[in-house]
Amino acid sequence: MHISCGGRWVRISAVLVAILQAGAAVGAAPDAEGLADACTSCHGIGGHSQGYIPSLAGIERATLLRELQSYRAQTGPATTTIMNRIARTYTDAELAALADYFSARPHS
Amino acid sequence: MSTLSRRRLLAHLAAAAAVPVLAPALASATGPKVVVIGGGFGGASLARYLRRHDPGIPITLIERDAQFTTCPFSNGVLGGLYPLEHVTFPYSKVQAAGIDVVHDAAVGIDPVARSVALAGGHKLSYDYLVVSPGIDLVWDSIQGYNEQAAERMPHAWKAGAQTALLRRQLEAMPDGGLVVIAVPAMPFRCPPGPYERASLIAHYLKANKPKSKVMLLDASDSFIKQDLFMEAWGRLYPGMIEWVPGSKSGRVMSVNPVTMTVSSAFDDYKAAVANIIPAQRAGSIAIQAGLDAGTGFCEIDPVSFESKVHKRIYVLGDATIAGEMPKSGFSANGQAKACARAILADIGGRVAASAKLLNICYSLAAPDYGFSIVDGFELKNGTLALSFEDHRTTPVGASEDEHLREAQSARSWYANITGEMFG
Repeated sequence: MHISCGGRWVRISAVLVAILQAGAAVGAAPDAEGLADACTSCHGIGGHSQGYIPSLAGIERATLLRELQSYRAQTGPATTTIMNRIARTYTDAELAALADYFSARPHS
Repeated sequence: MSTLSRRRLLAHLAAAAAVPVLAPALASATGPKVVVIGGGFGGASLARYLRRHDPGIPITLIERDAQFTTCPFSNGVLGGLYPLEHVTFPYSKVQAAGIDVVHDAAVGIDPVARSVALAGGHKLSYDYLVVSPGIDLVWDSIQGYNEQAAERMPHAWKAGAQTALLRRQLEAMPDGGLVVIAVPAMPFRCPPGPYERASLIAHYLKANKPKSKVMLLDASDSFIKQDLFMEAWGRLYPGMIEWVPGSKSGRVMSVNPVTMTVSSAFDDYKAAVANIIPAQRAGSIAIQAGLDAGTGFCEIDPVSFESKVHKRIYVLGDATIAGEMPKSGFSANGQAKACARAILADIGGRVAASAKLLNICYSLAAPDYGFSIVDGFELKNGTLALSFEDHRTTPVGASEDEHLREAQSARSWYANITGEMFG
């Protein structure tokens, strides 16, 4: 991209952008779709899985959230393989956003 | 902060600031066009993701080959679990999804004119170029090894004809033969791949040629999921797999394909089958375009995966240096989604938010014996660092049932991720 503006203007906008980005990171709700993108590599497009890994689409929100929280608390069911490990990287707000997202996907 | 990096940072931030003003004008005036080089885990994932999220944007995918054979699960072909067709996908559904698939080779990139030259003579102009060329093999990293030698001593590190060749050699070798696998120094594509390969070859040999052995000659002194592989080898293939680390003269220095000799600094091994995996660098188009800045791999912005060398060119997958992200199909797929979102944000005049990046890598030690490593990545000091260092893998001492579930998960993962790309 061509930058036609220079000097002081660039510096001021740079600072503004940095502040705005920081603000967005702290204050705004998590980007559910951006979070869900990481899930679909295993759980299938839209949460529709083929084979052993469970589908997520259309599962009731409360059920999904309870399961995700149990993984993060390291209290997932005995058959858990990797979700206890993965769930550690998510905040409360992110788990809620994922439960919102996948519970709202159509079943099939 | 140095003047250079400070200037780079400021320019970068200014670019982000300028986007909201520029992008809508660009979009309406010319209609932004996306060109993708390479139809693997990075390129095919990116093209399909963009199309799913924007039905209108013109996308051209340049891919040399008529079909794609995945490196993930190709070790299963070597172990005789399924034929090569099981891991080979046509581009028909990519094309049917409204992506213009051009089977040609990209031979040049002009970052100023924003165009890609094809071997067939055509030139394609782009507004956003995504370069996902995978790896090239550094033939001269091992003395005596070259493209011709690879017909006798396959690398099979690009899946396809080389995989089929190595499988035929395993089928033809006599019982009691030695299979040598040469493992290069890091960084290379799929760090656990050589050890999974040794496992699944042993699986085949145990049932069919039980007096045979597999020897891993390794440039390194440790490897990923090492405890889990060692445990599996003890349980499944006692005495069949030997691992020689770099400090015990494991590094392969030269080969002789005529006598089938593989040599380290101090030892010569006579192989019945020799699988020589040489050092690697970014695919040649990335190097040719200078995207690696002379280092062999390409530095990228850790949010958008835009090249640090040229604006409006994005690099994905094995060709990149992406902090702690390993060179895996899973990484490339996740990077593709992050990059696609960044491109869509740019077109829409928004600043890209950082995506969730994971790497989940299953290895099979036998068809029903799997284990995994799970990594989360987050931005720390401008690079992609591990979110957590502990408890990343299946625990050592896991039950047979746990390993079965991991193997079933691996197969399901493969179906789902290839479904995103080629389904």
